[in-house]
Amino acid sequence: MESIVARAGLWLVALMFAIFMFVNAVDTGFAIHMAVFGLAALVGLGFSLVKTNYLAAATGTGVALDQGKYDDDLVRAGVILTTFWGVVGFLVGLVIALQLAFPLLNFEPFLNFGRIRPLHTSAVIFAFGGTALISTSFYVVQRTCRARLALPGVARFVFWGYQLFIVLAATGYVLGITQAKEYAEPEWYVDLWLTLVWVAYLAVFVGTIMKRKEPHIYVANWFYLSFIITVAMLHLVNNVNLPISVFGSRSYPLWGGVQGALVQWWYGHNAVGFFLTAGFLAMMYYFVPKQAERPVYSYRLSIVHFWALIFLYIWAGPHHLHYTALPDWAQTLGMVFSVMLWMPSWGGMINGLMTLNGAWDKVRTDPIIRMMVMSVAFYGMSTFEGPMMSIKSVNSLSHYTDWTIGHVHSGALGWNGMITFSAVYFLVPRLWGRERMYSQRMINWHFWLATLGIVFYASSMWVAGITQGLMWREYGADGYLVNSFAETVQALHPMFILRALGGVMYLSGALIWAFNVWQTIAGNLRQEEPMRQATYDPAADRPLVAAE
Amino acid sequence: MTSETAKEPWGRHKKLERNIALLGAFAFVAVIIGGIVEIAPLFWIDNTIEKVEGMRPYTPLEQAGRDIYVREGCYVCHSQMIRPFRDEQERYGHYSLAAESMYDHPFQWGSKRTGPDLARVGGRYSDEWHVQHLTDPRAVVPESVMPTYAFLKNNDLDQGDMGAELTALSRVGVPYSKDDIAKANADLKSQADPNADNADLIARYPKAQVRDFDGNPAKLSEMDALVAYLQVLGTMVDVNSAAAQEELAKQEKGR
Repeated sequence: MESIVARAGLWLVALMFAIFMFVNAVDTGFAIHMAVFGLAALVGLGFSLVKTNYLAAATGTGVALDQGKYDDDLVRAGVILTTFWGVVGFLVGLVIALQLAFPLLNFEPFLNFGRIRPLHTSAVIFAFGGTALISTSFYVVQRTCRARLALPGVARFVFWGYQLFIVLAATGYVLGITQAKEYAEPEWYVDLWLTLVWVAYLAVFVGTIMKRKEPHIYVANWFYLSFIITVAMLHLVNNVNLPISVFGSRSYPLWGGVQGALVQWWYGHNAVGFFLTAGFLAMMYYFVPKQAERPVYSYRLSIVHFWALIFLYIWAGPHHLHYTALPDWAQTLGMVFSVMLWMPSWGGMINGLMTLNGAWDKVRTDPIIRMMVMSVAFYGMSTFEGPMMSIKSVNSLSHYTDWTIGHVHSGALGWNGMITFSAVYFLVPRLWGRERMYSQRMINWHFWLATLGIVFYASSMWVAGITQGLMWREYGADGYLVNSFAETVQALHPMFILRALGGVMYLSGALIWAFNVWQTIAGNLRQEEPMRQATYDPAADRPLVAAE
Repeated sequence: MTSETAKEPWGRHKKLERNIALLGAFAFVAVIIGGIVEIAPLFWIDNTIEKVEGMRPYTPLEQAGRDIYVREGCYVCHSQMIRPFRDEQERYGHYSLAAESMYDHPFQWGSKRTGPDLARVGGRYSDEWHVQHLTDPRAVVPESVMPTYAFLKNNDLDQGDMGAELTALSRVGVPYSKDDIAKANADLKSQADPNADNADLIARYPKAQVRDFDGNPAKLSEMDALVAYLQVLGTMVDVNSAAAQEELAKQEKGR
């Protein structure tokens, strides 16, 4: 009974706090956010009051949680929300791609490119990617430890608290609440909230590992753990802010100028390295062997590439600042470590692909495996392209151009997107007790639409980036620059349209994915020809006899 | 998979695999080294930022414009960092010096040039051009894909407490004097008012440009602030004298 009182009391305090902040708010954005926060506290309060079994609590006959079952409620919610955020993120991406081709699609002030581009990046990285990471980590850590999730109440706080973080961040961008640091746009109070959620996440994850019934900690969990620890470190250091007023949304970061730039890109590159790489490698290390029904290819390789990857990644940040006012020694260090990073990255790719040894036929017959293979292949491709672009002479051409945008998307759409889709395809039938996904053929459609979409996206951005880079530095025989900036913008127009076309394909694939997930959860099975059956016509199966 | 004998070369790793605290500690050490080696020296190596003449904190009006630049996410399409290449220097001006962004919290170097670099855009175009361009970019640059920012002209500049802003900035290291902070709200208004006595403002903020920026003297708008900010970009430092200073710096021990 006390725990109910304590829990409800905590929510009540949170609610009062939100109201207090709301009343004292010095700007509208902050007032709106405190209202959202208060609403969330109200929902929390409601849930803790309604969901309680008062009779059991009063008579002391409450049923203990069944330790013989995995705690999958959050994973189920997570799969649905991953799908939802994925579709939202891709849709906003398509909108901003179209804005660049057709600027009339900007609607000032709330839907201008400058405000909704962060909405797109955060929706895809933090909402889609982050929800996928949290929910798959809760699934994987339970299975690989053979133990139920530790601290179930805290786990619920982590999951829903993270969703609140997404809502606060997203609404903030549209309202113009940003600290204008790429991939770290949320303001100080949202940062503080995320810190709270993240520490709780670490506690749940480590707590579950401590409960484990398996002697060893499985390799996927090494990656999840390093992802959680490192993201905590990056987030804390990059977001040391001084609010102008504790009742206002705005703040100034402690780090400015050249130091601010390096701290930001140390953060930014390792958001890629640990959020989008280490965390998703953890997904690869669980779901690929499971779906292929083969063990991980090499245990040694996983050790070597794990330690090399996490050690080397941290150094690579300065390659975002080549030829800037950052001291040369830091740029060179960043370049050298980025090139070295190629090896552990490919170690991960090899370990993922070679896990299919003895199961390669499944690439033909199982669309989920096909998607996983394509995902890991894209991982390999973009981790080759990245080190190449970090070489200073290449970077002098590629930096500031759309080549970077293309590079990021081959990683995000190819690697992160495809491995998440396949993880969801793996999870949904198991979480809802269905025989299989609603439709295998739709998975195949999704695979081809996504793959073609990425091809359109990446190749149009290669052409755009190199065109732009070369046009900027083009000199005529007279020794003058040939192109004005406006001419380079005009030259990219067709490429921007092709890119948007790629986005349409990728989004259509994602809509098919969402439909397939929905139908599977609803318990439907599509009547369709199986994927693997060769055609057989008994009537034609006879010797040819000459006509009389 | 290797066999589970104790003598195998990777056997010692099994210790880490069985102990979450040890694994976590090792992982933390692995990820912390690179950051310390690269970032920490920037705070004490003297020549990270070579001192140049002319750098001063932004005036309250310029800073208010910078806040709008930040709010609207201009950094997603415009860089403020000119690289030392012939074409960039001819297109945008002298390459950017570290000192020129030393009072920028946050830094706005950017990572993408969907539009041109703005590090030295100050003084390149007239105020009228900026107002027209921000209101409808395609009216002056037909090829532009920039969104319109007509609303800036209609929005009153939020005259919240500019003193509190400057206080916060001074706490993160921008050298505003007590006088600057006390007069912040008055400075904000008078810089955009051609009839005000701005001698004191200019004494405290050398080379500050004092005039009505948005073409509407009756109103202190967000457009005033943003244009004031754009017009100061890259104008504080006399780059030629900075280059001379750099020659001096080269004679000192290298970078």
